[in-house]
Amino acid sequence: MHPAPSVILFSTLSGAGFGLLVFLGLGLPAPTSWVAFTFFAIAYTFAAGGLLAATFHLQNPKNAWKSYREWRSSWLSREAWAAVAALLVMAFYAAPLVLAGTRVAPLGWLGALLSLATVFTTSMIYAQLKTVPRWNQPATPALFLSASLAGGALLSGNVGAATALIALLGAITLFHWWKGDRRFGEAGSTAETATRLRGKVSLWERPHTGENYLTREMVFVIARKHAVKLRIIAFALMVALPLVLLLALPVKHMVAAIAVLSHLVGVGVQRWLFFAEAEHVVGLYYGAHRANIAA
Amino acid sequence: MTSLPASTDKKLGLVIDLDTCVGCHACVTACKGWNTQNYGAPLSDIDPYGAAEGTFLNRIHAFQVEPDQGLAQTIHFPKSCLHCDDAPCVTVCPTGASYKRVEDGIVLVNEDACMGCGLCAWACPYGAREIDQAAGVMKKCTLCVDRIYNENLPEEDREPACVRTCPAGARHFGDLADPESAVSRLVATRDGVDLMPEQGTRPVNKYLPPRVKDSLQAPEMEGAEDILAPFLAPVAEEPKGFLKWLDTALEKL
Repeated sequence: MHPAPSVILFSTLSGAGFGLLVFLGLGLPAPTSWVAFTFFAIAYTFAAGGLLAATFHLQNPKNAWKSYREWRSSWLSREAWAAVAALLVMAFYAAPLVLAGTRVAPLGWLGALLSLATVFTTSMIYAQLKTVPRWNQPATPALFLSASLAGGALLSGNVGAATALIALLGAITLFHWWKGDRRFGEAGSTAETATRLRGKVSLWERPHTGENYLTREMVFVIARKHAVKLRIIAFALMVALPLVLLLALPVKHMVAAIAVLSHLVGVGVQRWLFFAEAEHVVGLYYGAHRANIAA
Repeated sequence: MTSLPASTDKKLGLVIDLDTCVGCHACVTACKGWNTQNYGAPLSDIDPYGAAEGTFLNRIHAFQVEPDQGLAQTIHFPKSCLHCDDAPCVTVCPTGASYKRVEDGIVLVNEDACMGCGLCAWACPYGAREIDQAAGVMKKCTLCVDRIYNENLPEEDREPACVRTCPAGARHFGDLADPESAVSRLVATRDGVDLMPEQGTRPVNKYLPPRVKDSLQAPEMEGAEDILAPFLAPVAEEPKGFLKWLDTALEKL
């Protein structure tokens, strides 16, 4: 799948933003006044900024408001509802903290739950797609939720939780890569099932000499040697370096800032790979994915 | 409403005969022509005199098939929306732009509600949906819904443009819910198949696989034969008559 920068930015930033809102909602920490304002400003910048970035990949954004209609069937619609509900509830939780120093705990709990639900609905947009076997696995929601919570723990300064969650994220990421490499073969779609022709089927000619929306959007093929290098880079920045910093050094602001930055860039690289490595079955009609079927 | 109907009254769709298709792309041109000049946003071309790409609702792929025995074949493979019973493109749509009609099972896009997120195209295994780069809305085969019920057209023209134009008769249109319809009987006699059944989409459109070819009326080749040998062999091993005299006379010199 084509790794659109707007969607990668969205899923990285809003994931961390909603993760921070989860910890703030739970009262870990429960700051007041200007400290609270700063915390919530960071969370809202990431969460809402990410959502705004996501609208940049819409080709017809004037109809974006209609996406609230089909929550009964569509995960994307549910994401829109969950995001607005989470941001609204957390705003009502944040206002008394900032202005009066009062914490309305139940509102915070509800906001934390809605923030988690937002990340879950985002992950289900991808996990529901049978057409992209690498995404169509239970580890996809686990990946998004653990990444969000790890980012939130880091941003909120919960060192213990951050250490544990980053380690968990690392384990889930490794599993998602390992399982993802096998998913296309497991799903069982081949050039033969795509055409139902009897014998060994290979593409002889594409329908048109030029590219098209489908080949650019869904038949994105990444060089294997680069994929391995990028996985190492993603893992080092997202998991290894933040863990070393948190465990080995006394956590001061500077160390924490480096850990957060490294983690977020690492998540960004991991999300780039999440898209770039994802194989859509329509590629079978365009002569792609032969190596995946053999694997 | 992007929940799928429990059932549809009719299942209008296409039956495509892979044995008959000659890969001429006439259906591609007819489709682009009709759907550019009629309902909805036109199917744009981008950089037509350069890198040249554009939106098409119907594309003809070509595959090489190597059977276990016998010679390889080239199969022309037309592909457009299959109007699936369990259309995954419909349920993922957040705005309600994508829908499947209860009365005839046609899957359509309401362009006035489409926000161009592209998720329905991601959900389709067949590559049947393309966002038009100029209009920014999702385009797909409408089964020429503006032809098949159009009383301003002569009756013989009330079928999809691709079917009407196919010079080989490789495309058939009808109601696949009616077991007595011509298309249903065609599917039954020719063992019509679903594409990618493992995706669970239950497509309405069916494909008729190529018939088994006749064998050549010649001995089976083994690969090492010299096919010119029979023509190059001597007509007679020993010369006779005048040639024999000439042969012996020249030998004696």
